[in-house]
Amino acid sequence: MSKLNELSLSAARDALRAGETTSKELTEACLSAIEGAGALNAFVHHTPELALERAAAADARIAKGDAPGMCGLPIGIKDLFCTKGVPSQAGSRILEGFLPEYESTVSQNLADAGAVMLGKLNMDEFAMGSSNETSTYGNAVNPWRRGNDDAQLTPGGSSGGSASAVAADLCLAATGTDTGGSIRQPAAFTGTVGIKPTYGRCSRWGIVAFASSLDQAGPMTKSVRDAAIMLEAMCGHDPKDSTSADLPVPNFEAALSGDIRGKKIGIPKEYRMDGMPQEIETLWSDGIAMMKDAGAEIVDISLPHTKYALPAYYVIAPAEASSNLARYDGVRYGHRARLDQGDGITEMYEKTRAEGFGDEVKRRVMIGTYVLSAGFYDAYYNRARRVRTLIKKDFEDVFAQGIDAILTPATPSAAFGLGEMTDADPVAMYLNDVFTVTVNLAGLPGIAVPAGLDKQGLPLGLQLIGQPWAEADLLCTAHVLEQAAGFVAKPAKWW
Amino acid sequence: MSIDETTAARVAKLARIKVEPEALPALAGEFNTILGFIEQLNQVDIAGVEPMTSVTPQVLKRRVDVVTDGDQQDKVLSNAPDAREGFFAVPKVVE
Repeated sequence: MSKLNELSLSAARDALRAGETTSKELTEACLSAIEGAGALNAFVHHTPELALERAAAADARIAKGDAPGMCGLPIGIKDLFCTKGVPSQAGSRILEGFLPEYESTVSQNLADAGAVMLGKLNMDEFAMGSSNETSTYGNAVNPWRRGNDDAQLTPGGSSGGSASAVAADLCLAATGTDTGGSIRQPAAFTGTVGIKPTYGRCSRWGIVAFASSLDQAGPMTKSVRDAAIMLEAMCGHDPKDSTSADLPVPNFEAALSGDIRGKKIGIPKEYRMDGMPQEIETLWSDGIAMMKDAGAEIVDISLPHTKYALPAYYVIAPAEASSNLARYDGVRYGHRARLDQGDGITEMYEKTRAEGFGDEVKRRVMIGTYVLSAGFYDAYYNRARRVRTLIKKDFEDVFAQGIDAILTPATPSAAFGLGEMTDADPVAMYLNDVFTVTVNLAGLPGIAVPAGLDKQGLPLGLQLIGQPWAEADLLCTAHVLEQAAGFVAKPAKWW
Repeated sequence: MSIDETTAARVAKLARIKVEPEALPALAGEFNTILGFIEQLNQVDIAGVEPMTSVTPQVLKRRVDVVTDGDQQDKVLSNAPDAREGFFAVPKVVE
């Protein structure tokens, strides 16, 4: 057996049930891996005592024969999830010192399923970013490197700490959240699997809100099977989130039949972007061939409004963010600026928010304020919402033609160097999400699967997009792609 | 549409974020880059298209209008930067 922290969720689960190991041993292996991985800056709040307590409880449950899906499995939780009594800052200075009095529904669901939380994971501030460089905790670092070059690379964002931790075997799996690609892009950059379920599958209650009509939680794992196991534990109807879907949760793992014969896989021509690196092009062609070899039917499709997805997103997401982030005012929680003599409540708001928010968050809050302001609301916000309707209709049209899933690249490049984009304008960074953001706008499930390495030895991912609520089917297709791609590479340990 | 420093200052004020005057030119420049990118939306024919209100076709659930929560004053105030006598405390609002 490999080292305990290197196990997948499914392997660890089977070993626990067979009595070959204990949750305590698994948890201790992860805690010691975390201790030795400070250079990755993935875990930013450590909860070893809580972890060992939960591991002991899990071992007791397993001994009694009561072992739910995630029982005894050590995981990391993105800092965006509120966890009772444990710092939850959304990667922001403005929530410094905040200790939630409650637990998010998703992290509670995982705890109820027996999962062991090891600590909180680094992320871009308020999930706004594609490189984990906007975090108040500093950059999370990708365990992967370009050959022997020791330049530090981004693990992607915003769930960069989650991706780095899973890829470096600091935990067996982690939670992420995805508003424009924040699960799938970091998964692709680190050779891990990440699924964003259909909007409404996972409760958003207790997850710090960024853009409420787009945000969804999902698992980041070492395999598609693990994604199925963990997603099932995370989702389910929650009366505390009015957008949470009241639908039964399928047994996702049971859907991994390995059989996709006769399924129709759409290949959207609009995702063939000008200037796309040849390696991404080749990866995509290889993925198409794998689907075909597995008996799927490949169909060329068109999603005509694709190029308008990012501009629409950069109206809608900042608009919702400006509203959601209005609550950080220095009154109820988190940071409050030191005031000067004579300062009133307006100065308190303005100074608190200037000190508490980083540059990217300020930029987006102000853009959102602008597009919602009198005189511009129709021209920007309502126009973007109309375009969003058209983007969703593009997908509805192809699904109505009988398409089961859509195969695309996950990202336009492999992981880039930390600091490499510093001088670029904000829009250049936004282009990272060009293949993923359509899925959020249409509310669909999407999964990133590692499918190959580029010539510098960095992982590349493919994305599969499914029909609404068809995560089981999507996971089945992703599982076939994963098996065919046979991605087994791991980063060489340097940290 | 181009954003000048006066507009940038007005937006910062609306967003309740203090921006030093010397930072306004760069901020206005960034706004213009982002808004220039967003302008592409003007190429789309949106005649007769409804703005999206809900991405999944669902009817919001209703429940009986009764109190289901409350009596948690200590918990509500536990994270406040300044709480006194059971209230959130803020600088003087009225002169």
